[in-house]
Amino acid sequence: MHVAHLSLTDFRSYESVELGLEPGVTAFVGPNGQGKTNLVEALGYVATLASHRVSTDAPLVRHGAARAIVRTAVHRDDRRALVELEINPGRANRARLNRSPVSRPREVLGLLRTVLFAPEDLALVKGDPAERRRFLDDLLVARTPRFAGVRADYDRVLKQRGALLRTASMARRGRRSAGGDAPGSHGDVLSTLEVWDAHLARHGAELLGARLELVEALRPLCEQAYAALAPGSGAATLAYRSTLSSELSSEFSTGLGITSDRAALTEQLLARLLEVRSSEIERGVTLVGPHRDDLILGLGELPARGYASHGESWSFALALRLAAYDLLRADGGDPVLILDDVFAELDSQRRRRLAETVAPAEQVLITAAVPEDVPSELAGVRFDVAEGGVARAG
Amino acid sequence: MYEGVVQNLIDELGLLPGVGPKSAQRIAFHLLSADPTDVKRLAHALLEVKEKVRFCRVCGNVAAEDDCRICRDARRDLHVICVVEESKDVVAIERTREFRGRYHVLGGAISPIDGIGPDDLRIRELMTRLADGQVTELILATDPNLEGEATATYLARLVKPMGVKVTRLASGLPVGGDLEYADEVTLGRAFEGRRLLDV
Ligand SMILES: Nc1ncnc2c1ncn2[C@@H]1O[C@H](COP(=O)(O)OP(=O)(O)OP(=O)(O)O)[C@@H](O)[C@H]1O
Ligand SMILES: [Mg+2]
Ligand SMILES: [Zn+2]
Repeated sequence: MHVAHLSLTDFRSYESVELGLEPGVTAFVGPNGQGKTNLVEALGYVATLASHRVSTDAPLVRHGAARAIVRTAVHRDDRRALVELEINPGRANRARLNRSPVSRPREVLGLLRTVLFAPEDLALVKGDPAERRRFLDDLLVARTPRFAGVRADYDRVLKQRGALLRTASMARRGRRSAGGDAPGSHGDVLSTLEVWDAHLARHGAELLGARLELVEALRPLCEQAYAALAPGSGAATLAYRSTLSSELSSEFSTGLGITSDRAALTEQLLARLLEVRSSEIERGVTLVGPHRDDLILGLGELPARGYASHGESWSFALALRLAAYDLLRADGGDPVLILDDVFAELDSQRRRRLAETVAPAEQVLITAAVPEDVPSELAGVRFDVAEGGVARAG
Repeated sequence: MYEGVVQNLIDELGLLPGVGPKSAQRIAFHLLSADPTDVKRLAHALLEVKEKVRFCRVCGNVAAEDDCRICRDARRDLHVICVVEESKDVVAIERTREFRGRYHVLGGAISPIDGIGPDDLRIRELMTRLADGQVTELILATDPNLEGEATATYLARLVKPMGVKVTRLASGLPVGGDLEYADEVTLGRAFEGRRLLDV
């Protein structure tokens, strides 16, 4: 697929910009802070309904404006979709598909699929488990948009269950300090907790099972991609650490050792929830479930996090993105590749290898501060970005 | 900011669901320029609804008397109760003309974030209605969202030992919608809840 048109109104630094795009390679070149990343961030937003840089929508709206509008024309085979998003910080965003409103923005997920490489990707290797969970879940949604709903439901169960646990926790403390059984409905809390347990286990099993299958699919692709970027170094390995199996939780492991069967996972989650119930009520938080899991990255015999060098970490992050790209491409419909400022970070060998790997994609969008940062393998259309404007060069 | 009484009206209107500050202002100025008898009629309707409308002793639906129209209707099936969250759900289901039993209005759904537990809903009243064994089927028609599902699960577990048949509305595709443009979640659920087609 490729993006044929991008139009922004009050998005980031742009008051208004219209951009015609073509298949093949397009580079956005210009000095720091001129709005290159802002352009590709908008495309990433259409694909995932989130920015790769910020977790809230407010910074995406041009300073002083009330809302931002992003419009894209996406071509896939010979079908054309016009996707339009209105970003309203603090209020519900709105979406239109082919000029007709859809009931919620989620419905446009999957129409544009992107794989975005950015300096922020280093956090996939060096950052908290939340970064890696997000990587997996975003990829799940890109492959199967229905997972946006599964993820939202799971988050909602967590919120509800957390509120209940906090109430129970407060009641327990109150009872203790009152020196006896306070009136109130401890049994009531427990019986509703069982209901939330059931929902947590069901939605959690769906998310967990899908993540496990995803990691299985990514593993060989990531290993290959890393070997191609950094030949001769140790193998890049992936392992999933789940709150279900306590054995895996403390040590570094490459095996999964858990099933991805949803019914079995539901049972296991329920059993683990019962085991930890008392400490959950003590602490007022949900201790079991995919929201506490991690994707463990290994290089040779060692975990990447805390051990890998800066360059190795970069290669691993790129390998993860490339593996995601391979997977999406295998599903059908070449996703749009976006490379934000990544070449400047790489040595010449890795630069060349990355360029060779991405060159055949249907559409590649690159940002770079200077033209020399765009590898010669990726010569194509160039846009100059400066002073709030975007102009085609040559 | 407007003169005291006008601002007062705008503030009051702004408290209504779905009315933002802009709409509140528009409604206020509409009322200011409207015919006094029309405004009196509106004010009267507002007061009357608070004075006269009560909640049905049996099912919790809005009623003009002690019992609501549906509970008083002898033609309705006494063996089936349909559990809903709000009175407006009763209206929606009545419009389908599919259901001939009676209702039970819970007054919401279980939602710990909002501090709503089973004790805050009309669940004890439902248990009382089920106690005499006359009801053979309970249809759970709470909203097809997480809180509605949780409430349905809670009720199903509670009622199970009583031997009453418990069913849940199939959450399907919106009627009149295009399958192609149906949202993925709905479509997914529709597959999940699919039934054998008896031909
Ligand atoms: N909401 C906003 N309103 C107005 N301007 C904004 C907003 N958000 C970001 N900007 C401006 O956009 C500019 C950053 O744009 P962007 O991140 O696209 O730069 P860039 O061209 O990618 O630079 P670099 O080469 O350093 O990565 C900054 O000058 C910033 O002040
Ligand atoms: Mg940038
Ligand atoms: Zn009634």
